[in-house]
Amino acid sequence: MTLIGKGIKRLDGPAKVCGRARYTAEITLPRMAHAVLVQSTIAAGSVRDLNDAEVKRMPGVLLVLSHKNAQKLPRSGRAGVDPPDGRVLSLFQDARVHYNGQPLALVVAETLEQAQAAAAALKPLYSAGVAQLEFDDAAKDAHSPGKILNEDADTRRGDVDAGMAAARHRVQARYVTPMQNHNPMEPHATLAQWQGEQLTLWDSTQYVAGVRRMVSKTLGIDSGRVRVRNLFVGGAFGGKGSAWSHVLLAAMAARQCGRPVRLVLQRPQLFGPVGGRPRTQQTVELGADPAGRLQAGRHEVYSTTSMMEDWTESSAVVTRMLYACPNLETRHRLVQLNVGTPTFQRAPGEATGSFALESALDELALQSGLDPIALRLASFAERDPQKNLPFSSNALRECYRLGAEHFGWSERPRQPGSLRQGHWLVGMGMAACTRPAKRMPAAASVELLPDGSAVVRSSTEDLGTGTYTVMTQIAADKLGYPLSRVRFELGDTNFPEAPISAGSMTVESVGSAVHAACNEARRQLLALAVGDALSPLQGSRIEDLRVEEGWLRHADGKRAEPAAAVVARSRNARLHAQGNSQAGEETKRFSMHSFGAVFVKVLVDPELGLVRVPRVVAAYGVGQVINEKTARSQLMGGIVWGLSLALMEAALLDTRNGRIVNANLAEYHVPTNADIGDIEILIVPEQDGVVNSLGAKGLGEVSMTGVAAAVAMPSPMPPESAYANCRLRRIACWIRLKRSRRQPRQGLWPLHSAKLAANCNAATTAPNALRLPASSGTRNT
Amino acid sequence: MSPFDYQRAASVDEALRMGQQPGAMYIGGGTNLLDLMKGGVSTPRILVDVSRLPLSGVTQGPDGGLRIGAMLSNTDAANHALVRQRYPLLSQALLAGASGQLRNMATVGGNLLQRTRCPYFYDTGFEHCNKRNPGSGCDALGGETRGLAILGASDACIATHPSDMCVALAALRAHVLVRGARGERSIAMQDFHRLPGDMPQRDTNLEPGELIVAVDLPPPVFARHASYLKVRDRASYAFALVSVAAALDLQDGMVRDAALALGGVAHKPWRRPEAERLLVGRKLDANSMQAAAQSLLQGARPQPGNRYKISLAYNSIVRALSMAGGMA
Repeated sequence: MTLIGKGIKRLDGPAKVCGRARYTAEITLPRMAHAVLVQSTIAAGSVRDLNDAEVKRMPGVLLVLSHKNAQKLPRSGRAGVDPPDGRVLSLFQDARVHYNGQPLALVVAETLEQAQAAAAALKPLYSAGVAQLEFDDAAKDAHSPGKILNEDADTRRGDVDAGMAAARHRVQARYVTPMQNHNPMEPHATLAQWQGEQLTLWDSTQYVAGVRRMVSKTLGIDSGRVRVRNLFVGGAFGGKGSAWSHVLLAAMAARQCGRPVRLVLQRPQLFGPVGGRPRTQQTVELGADPAGRLQAGRHEVYSTTSMMEDWTESSAVVTRMLYACPNLETRHRLVQLNVGTPTFQRAPGEATGSFALESALDELALQSGLDPIALRLASFAERDPQKNLPFSSNALRECYRLGAEHFGWSERPRQPGSLRQGHWLVGMGMAACTRPAKRMPAAASVELLPDGSAVVRSSTEDLGTGTYTVMTQIAADKLGYPLSRVRFELGDTNFPEAPISAGSMTVESVGSAVHAACNEARRQLLALAVGDALSPLQGSRIEDLRVEEGWLRHADGKRAEPAAAVVARSRNARLHAQGNSQAGEETKRFSMHSFGAVFVKVLVDPELGLVRVPRVVAAYGVGQVINEKTARSQLMGGIVWGLSLALMEAALLDTRNGRIVNANLAEYHVPTNADIGDIEILIVPEQDGVVNSLGAKGLGEVSMTGVAAAVAMPSPMPPESAYANCRLRRIACWIRLKRSRRQPRQGLWPLHSAKLAANCNAATTAPNALRLPASSGTRNT
Repeated sequence: MSPFDYQRAASVDEALRMGQQPGAMYIGGGTNLLDLMKGGVSTPRILVDVSRLPLSGVTQGPDGGLRIGAMLSNTDAANHALVRQRYPLLSQALLAGASGQLRNMATVGGNLLQRTRCPYFYDTGFEHCNKRNPGSGCDALGGETRGLAILGASDACIATHPSDMCVALAALRAHVLVRGARGERSIAMQDFHRLPGDMPQRDTNLEPGELIVAVDLPPPVFARHASYLKVRDRASYAFALVSVAAALDLQDGMVRDAALALGGVAHKPWRRPEAERLLVGRKLDANSMQAAAQSLLQGARPQPGNRYKISLAYNSIVRALSMAGGMA
């Protein structure tokens, strides 16, 4: 009886709901001091005078760490570690200011309240410089990043101009997505403690090994002197993948104070110093033959980055592989602004890129008159067209079929605005979803103990995703032990090293290592038994033995012995095994992806500008599912993120001084429960013998892709009514610019504009005052 | 947060004495004041806790009106049988506000006194705010104005009053009963909150040290036809972009009396008796509703970033009246 796939409840659930789970900010050490970050309030320039003389004398203040007194770091604090773990940080090595919200000082005091009061009292004096905050201006000086991690920034196959010229149907559209910000429930937190030359960091990170590497290199100390730990992380989503400035600053302050220092970022401090999804502006051009087959495509991406570091939102990478298209060009360009450096945010690249690509396909479906699914099937990629490799597995066709059937796609209204429910116009949309299946080198160890229990260890993290639970499941299954006798330990650089918990690859990487370690432990256990004169299994052939529920059993059904007894008689009364996993030759022979199809029902009240999504049905092929319950939760969570991306989340930048205007959870909107309707998740059974030993392809991010495009699918809406115009959000990001040849900013279907205009005062009496294209939206009265 | 003294008043008289101290502020549920203190926007030297004063009763007046104690929680006010039965508009408005947790803490008096909303007021990282530092200027002008005022604003301030409850109270023509050093007085809702003018630092016409003790509701004539419509960016826990309190006294299809107020568009709940009069004495129909909507929006002056609010308000007024009149 296998444990793989079972919907086992989170093993750490009771501890969490009872408050026993200790997060980083809840860990207290003797003599611990409290630190509060002070940030810039200008977007460019330098600190002329920190103005800290009085603040240093405030009650309880132990240290005001700044460029005036921070230790000089090797290479000016630029360790040269690449992302994800290594970033260009603000470590007080000079007085320059690159964005509004940049860390400028760290105030350390005896109590948190004293540190907060002193931090609030610190008012640095600046020499203001000229900041670039206008996207359109900066885009004129956009530059190529060259590479995006391991991908090329630009690609070309075939002859796009020729393909486009020969196409029957052509669409070109422009899509804008806003700057978004990480907002995990648990804010970033670090507790730093020096014991002699040994540094221990408790850190809310999704990569303890990466933090150790970045911290040791930045401080110029041996990595063996740094230990990084956490037990629980309250959400991360990519925002805790890097060791950001506060981690190093806590370590530097702790050294300078000679005491442990705890630094917890306040909610508004997450807007800038710890990254987020950059603003993108994407142009997609597609050409298809009369049957709807893609003949040519172009996808050009402009995304923002900071003045400190190039970081690229790889939006066009998905376009390279999702559809068969013989002639294709993709390009990424970076637009530098005086903002915080962006970073990985759930489904980085695909979340924004699939919005543009899939929306352009909708435009093509409208123009060609083809059903959106038929159009997608016409260019179905039998192989990865960019790598020219077969897929290890691909259930996309079945996802379309199953999703459409459960959703009732055939019943959808074809004519725009033809279906109403009271004041609501009813629309339906769909899109394809995909994310690469990857793994990185990972190691795990297993210890079998004489009491019949097993302890499995890897340095990985549980971000709330269920790592504790699924790794325990894999280990118990592979060892043949009862679930209750296996304990999984994580979040400690003293354990065998795991890669970053990101990229939907923890199960693939760490799970495969756990699998390998457990196989090795079980092999040792069986070998010990057959060679042990005291064992009833002595002399058996190993092939005849299995381990079940903690017992070694012979196939003859007569002989058996508890694993505990075998372990107890071993030399040290314990067995130890290590397992490793890494990608191999399969990456050269196959392209590996999770796929899916998402269907949404959208309600639009065109008079009040309200948009609701009462129903989502989505089908996914993600290989082997390890835990049906946590898998479903993750997939559902990705859809909620997709809805949030489509309709709500936007960090609003004041382009006069570079401050984020809505840097709090009251005004930076994520969905409430009331915003989320029914979400039905369908998992297409899929066996993938290539991707890794577990056959699991990853599902943390695939469900975030496609959702925004499905929500924005315009066909059921009256032309110009717009779905576009009825968006309330100022950012009006997800509006297709091409349809109206203008960029609506906000507002409503102007039902009564003429009448109203007559009644409003002179400032607004122009006939188009209530029509809401960009031109009137930005004109100053 | 700046250090402060905490004093708990045992009686209304003691509260009034405590409230006379320099730098003293009353605190009820604290759902707004504590946020402002944490953000360094409010820096009271003394907090006078009035939340335990015996001011949470609901009593009926001889004319069928209702007196609601200032310390009654928003949740209890919304769910009180007499409020639901006689003033459904008020109950709906209360339940449209904030979240369940906040409504449990927030008091009726505190709701009246919540500060106006503007991102530039709440973030001390912005230098210029006439409300925080009188005379310093207004960073909101020319900034992110999507949520800000279109009616009754001034060059000094374009903040909006965020309350839902107050919009219903304004429409219902409630009075606020306050007590101060000079005794008790009753302030009509439309005179309780102020327009910003050149003194945006003052949100209300309360005198220093005055304490709200109750809200008085006139005899109920709008119990059967009332609708509070709140338009916001998400389904819950968001401030109104525009909200409408609409209620009608209908007889045989004719409007005998009408109550109409807007939220989210001005420094105070926005009411214009002329707009209500356009509905009275007629049948409720598209023409009369549109006329009322136009009248209520008379003089609207949007910012570049919130022009949409005029058409949104217009459509919302018509919708809310239709709903109140059973036509939608």
